[in-house]
Amino acid sequence: MNKQRPVNLDLSKFHFPLPAITSILHRISGIIIFVGVAFLLCGLDMSLSGEEGFNQVSELLDGFLAKLIIWGILSALLYHLVAGIKHLIMDMGIGETLPGGRLAAKITLVVSIVLIVLAGVWIW
Amino acid sequence: MVNSVTNLGRSGVYDWMVQRVSAYVLALYTLFLLGFMLTTDVNYESWSALFGQTWFRIFSLMTLISLGAHAWVGLWTVTTDYIKATALRFLVQAACGAVMFVYVVWGIKILWGL
Repeated sequence: MNKQRPVNLDLSKFHFPLPAITSILHRISGIIIFVGVAFLLCGLDMSLSGEEGFNQVSELLDGFLAKLIIWGILSALLYHLVAGIKHLIMDMGIGETLPGGRLAAKITLVVSIVLIVLAGVWIW
Repeated sequence: MVNSVTNLGRSGVYDWMVQRVSAYVLALYTLFLLGFMLTTDVNYESWSALFGQTWFRIFSLMTLISLGAHAWVGLWTVTTDYIKATALRFLVQAACGAVMFVYVVWGIKILWGL
């Protein structure tokens, strides 16, 4: 092995490029949705059990904590959806270059942040 | 070619296909439901009427099964990337599979009120 090769293990000097950040967020949001589906199914079960159950869910969703949880799940869902659509577009051969990937990562972040803020406005 | 016994389709290409096909179903369902909530006055009547329609129950169940397949491929990828200990990885994957199975059966119970 070449002993002269440069070694840099200072982790604080490494930084993730934007496409790597959008990729890891895609994974994290996927896991959040997977857990969140339990809450959503629970709400669906209650809301369809009868008018009383529906009103219960409605009342529950007036609470701050419930709104926060729903906003969190919705944020993960919206981000995962936008990043997923980016993948589907890339499957068609669009934006496969390095500059294309960087631009797509920027667009993904901007579009999902706008949607997440709008979702927050919608919930409150 | 590397084959793993725990991935859904025995091959990466098949998994890729499952991931894309289920993604289209999940995206369509999400957009439809968000559109419904934004354009309709959601109350018990409109909500239960929507879920009373046979086509929407079928669409919902298709989405739930897609979710199971999609989550399996996704979580399989994530667990094989980060959990290197075989026994632990297998346990986590088994737990994820069990949760997905519960989601699908629970969803059938909600949708068809068995």
